[in-house]
Amino acid sequence: MFMPKITYITHDNKNHTIDVQNGLTVMEGAVQNDIPGIDADCGGGMACATCHVYVKEDWLNKLPKKEDGEEDMLDMAFEPKTNSRLSCQLVVSDELDGLIVNIPSKQA
Amino acid sequence: MNKTDALIIGAGPTGLFTAHQLKLIGLDCEIVDNLDKIGGQCIELYPDKPIYDIPAIPECTGEELTNNLINQLKPFDIKFHLNERVEEVKKDKDKWLVKTNNGKTFLTPNVIIAGGVGSFEPRKFSPKECEKFENKSLFYSIKDKKIFKGKIVTIFGGGDSALDWAIELSKESNVNLIHRRDEFRGAQATIDKVHALEKVGKINLLTKYQMSKVNGSEKLESIDLKHDNEETKNLKTDYILGFFGLIMQLGPIANWGLNIDKKTISVDTEKFETNQKGIYAVGDICTYPGKLKLILSGFHEGALAARACFKLARPNEKYRFEFTTSSKIIKDRLGIKGD
Repeated sequence: MFMPKITYITHDNKNHTIDVQNGLTVMEGAVQNDIPGIDADCGGGMACATCHVYVKEDWLNKLPKKEDGEEDMLDMAFEPKTNSRLSCQLVVSDELDGLIVNIPSKQA
Repeated sequence: MNKTDALIIGAGPTGLFTAHQLKLIGLDCEIVDNLDKIGGQCIELYPDKPIYDIPAIPECTGEELTNNLINQLKPFDIKFHLNERVEEVKKDKDKWLVKTNNGKTFLTPNVIIAGGVGSFEPRKFSPKECEKFENKSLFYSIKDKKIFKGKIVTIFGGGDSALDWAIELSKESNVNLIHRRDEFRGAQATIDKVHALEKVGKINLLTKYQMSKVNGSEKLESIDLKHDNEETKNLKTDYILGFFGLIMQLGPIANWGLNIDKKTISVDTEKFETNQKGIYAVGDICTYPGKLKLILSGFHEGALAARACFKLARPNEKYRFEFTTSSKIIKDRLGIKGD
């Protein structure tokens, strides 16, 4: 079965490329594969901003748009930037194959 | 010194229902929570967001669930210790001696940790040098607003706390309000007021900026701001206030000699007891094979941990299982008269 590849770059500059099943979120892909640096304290409820990632610039426009509330939560993230997203809001699909995200140095 | 049959750490839904279960079987309990209000994550993170998977409640908000749980505890006299963070849990003969950050102490045979993802702490600024000014000229909450009178106060944040304080302090201080984007997430009326005050020069509003550095050796002198477009700006200020909401931190729980894996505490599934006899963990903070982080799982775990407490609190009595529908003793405890 084809599974999209998601690359997580941790703060120590290590690349982790993982096959993530369609339908899981980018956050779940990280948590299930023990990628360090994504805490996801609230478990994907868009209520904590501890699954914050920086999306590689050329991917920004290819991702689903931010829902109401995601930007509000990003206000509270650690060092948010214009390419910040909450990885619990990024649902993996074939279109996301090859996505690269950077994990911030910390979540809080 | 407070003596009780069971001390519950955490006043979220799991802690509240565990208290209910303890009182039903005739045990005393007290509840400690680091927040200033009852409800835990339900009240702090999603008071107005809907929950759809509480048995027999098709839909309710975090706040409604909390209020219903508090109502369910009405028949009982339960002491809440809010704004208290448990710092220390130490063995004292066959009991546990528990101390909070404000010096409250408890002696109890049973400690039930219903701590969610840990205690809520303010989110802090990222530049490292901020720490040395903390609680002197940099604050995450305000205890005495008088100190700001006639001073330059720089407020960071885009929610109601930041906006409300910007409005309030603009009466007697020079206020800078800094936010990382143009949109604010506070109440519309408050946002309008901030913009009105900006127009008349009472609030200096700077958006798309974040703090990059604080300057000053002993005394805070100024801060450096960085715009989204990398441009930087230096701003003189006497005080800095940061309102970025709260974050959950495991905190002192990590130091109590418990088996902790990925911020959760390992328990058995009979008593929900940890590796320490008389210390239990229930709700989101516990883990075991098959664990689901659902509120309903917390209720189940609390009910079983409460029964386990009975043995240590009443070593000479035998626990008898009874239904609330039919037990006279339980109805007495609930204050229900007649049959």
